[in-house]
Amino acid sequence: MARTERISLAQGSGGEPMQRLLRELIWPAFDNPILARQEDQARLAFELRPGDQLAFTTDSFVVTPLQFPGGDIGTLAVNGTVNDLAVGGALPRYLSCALIIEEGLPVDLLQELCRSLAEAARAAGVQVVTGDTKVVPRGAADGLFINTSGLGVIPAAIDIGTHRLIQGDCLIVSGPIGDHGAAILASRQELALHGDLRSDCANLWPLIQTLLPNPGLHALRDMTRGGLNAVLHEFAEAADATLLIEEHALPVRTAVRGLCELLGLDPLHLACEGRLLAAVAPEQAVQLLQCMQAHPLGQGAAIVGQLTPRRNVPVILNGVYGVERTLAPVSGELLPRIC
Amino acid sequence: MKYIDEFRDPAAVAQLVDQIRCRAAALPPREQPWQLMEICGGHTHTIFRFGLDQLLPDNIEFIHGPGCPVCVLPQSVIDQAIELAQRPDTLLCSYGDAMRVPGHNGSLLQARADGAHTQVVYSPRDALDMAHRHPGTQVVFLAIGFETTAPATALAIRAAALAGLTNFRVLCHLVMIEPPMRALLADPELRIDGFIGPGHVSLVTGNAPFEFIPAEYHKPVVISGFEPVDLLHSVLLLLQQLQHNQARIEIQYRRVATAGGNRGARQPVEAVFEPGPLAEWRGLGLLPHSGLQLRPAYRAFDAAALLMDSTQPATTQATAPAPEADPRCRCTAVLSGKLKPGQCPLFGRECTPNAPLGALMVSSEGACAAWYQYRHQGPSDGPH
Repeated sequence: MARTERISLAQGSGGEPMQRLLRELIWPAFDNPILARQEDQARLAFELRPGDQLAFTTDSFVVTPLQFPGGDIGTLAVNGTVNDLAVGGALPRYLSCALIIEEGLPVDLLQELCRSLAEAARAAGVQVVTGDTKVVPRGAADGLFINTSGLGVIPAAIDIGTHRLIQGDCLIVSGPIGDHGAAILASRQELALHGDLRSDCANLWPLIQTLLPNPGLHALRDMTRGGLNAVLHEFAEAADATLLIEEHALPVRTAVRGLCELLGLDPLHLACEGRLLAAVAPEQAVQLLQCMQAHPLGQGAAIVGQLTPRRNVPVILNGVYGVERTLAPVSGELLPRIC
Repeated sequence: MKYIDEFRDPAAVAQLVDQIRCRAAALPPREQPWQLMEICGGHTHTIFRFGLDQLLPDNIEFIHGPGCPVCVLPQSVIDQAIELAQRPDTLLCSYGDAMRVPGHNGSLLQARADGAHTQVVYSPRDALDMAHRHPGTQVVFLAIGFETTAPATALAIRAAALAGLTNFRVLCHLVMIEPPMRALLADPELRIDGFIGPGHVSLVTGNAPFEFIPAEYHKPVVISGFEPVDLLHSVLLLLQQLQHNQARIEIQYRRVATAGGNRGARQPVEAVFEPGPLAEWRGLGLLPHSGLQLRPAYRAFDAAALLMDSTQPATTQATAPAPEADPRCRCTAVLSGKLKPGQCPLFGRECTPNAPLGALMVSSEGACAAWYQYRHQGPSDGPH
């Protein structure tokens, strides 16, 4: 049997092995004129009009496993950062990409993940214009860590953010919640669970682009770590309001509910990677909902709640039997219950 | 979703609530509410998650019982688990929610951050697989729980014995439901009128552990399922018995539980384990014959023996347990229905889910933690 070719520490040393890795594997994947200049910095010609703003964000990706149903660490590293730009109304333009590779990672796998990352960037219309590659000893990382930073432009006419949240705003989620978190949990080897669970990992810009012209759009967030619950608490804090959520309106796929029932978890706490929460003016809510539902990324959109005058807790869930309960922020790691 | 949605149906819930109201109105008048205790932590969780207690009429209230295996886990067992996990050649496997339980020097999660070797598993079988895959590692399974988790633990130990595995052991703190119920009922001030029995314990044991409740105390027991419709149906059945001054065991959870239980599940437990002389319960103290220990033929699988080898003496071997929770804790009063969680002076102040002082704040199935998570400063609680 052919021996699997693996990344070695030498390939992070700056010498010929590293040059070969970059030349043969990394650069071809991200090929573009700015990167091809091989300077120590990317040189970007931006044409900004008066009032336009640069948006700049960074995120690190450490997901286990590296590949999962619906995506991999490469697609996640692009879409995660692109979405952080997009929810601010910024057209995503450029990405940096830093790889921290654990010694021993199969070269084939690295190549596959780089291609996947590059493909996601192309699909999102962003260029990877600068980067870095490090190799660390076995045990110092978990296969592959990726950091991406993103640059985008917010046109002068766009002003969305939590500063525009106001009591009465309606809350719309763009689709079923918890898909990514459930897919990751189910694909971890030690769980040995099988089911129809796929990450929702997606670039949200095309959906957001259709919403931006509507003046009723006040704020957007992608619901990543901590799930919908975390974003609800962020909104409540920023607006000094209490968010009232209707439990029956929350879209959750049957497979995700099933996993949560099995493990004693709540879909409200599971990460999404291709869903957003929008706060919108009530009079525009139906129009924006229909706008979302008309887009492939927002087919499952639903109005789930509203910003109400501040009570003694930030988020209240109105249960299916009409009994209200507090929705507490997640404390620490999500751990399955014994029974 | 099958087996879930039909038992959460809002129309069925509304109908049951109406029937409960009628039935409750027909009960003899009283100054204090009628108290129904749900024994199992799983029931407690459902009640709070769906707000079922708020659907009951004013003269009926739930009291939350001792059946949360994570809550009643003594700190000394966590200390031992951490000590094992810190050994260089040992991997400590645990159910997820035991990872957060604080011992005297922090939890398994904190120990993991300090370099201890831990792994969250979903069944003892997963821990056994770990032992097969890593022959050079001593795998220890932290075996906790009531009669529900004992069979799978016993089967894993038997499988390890058959395979001749020498690197698989259990740190055993399996307990039984009858002794704490007897301890609670022996309290002459206890006012509880009826009991909602734990459906999944009963699946294994049958009615046997609960027969003394109607027989010796003339109080009804209804073995219940875990969904809102199950629990409200069980309340209705209890009220029917109370109205007619009856006291017998009824099974609401007929799709799972039977009067005789599951002999096939009990057989391996009886083969591998025997009742130990004394077990420690967080919040309840020491109760005789309330825990399981390995039979002599299976002692080779006892992880506590590893601790005795070490230079530090094992805490379980001490005759008196280390001082438990803070003396100001009112867990016992909450367990017996004398106090609501929010009425404990420590609740939400010095005792929170992130830093629990009392047993009932430890797991989300504990009455205080559930109250804190779903109700604390909540809409029905009024401003603090």
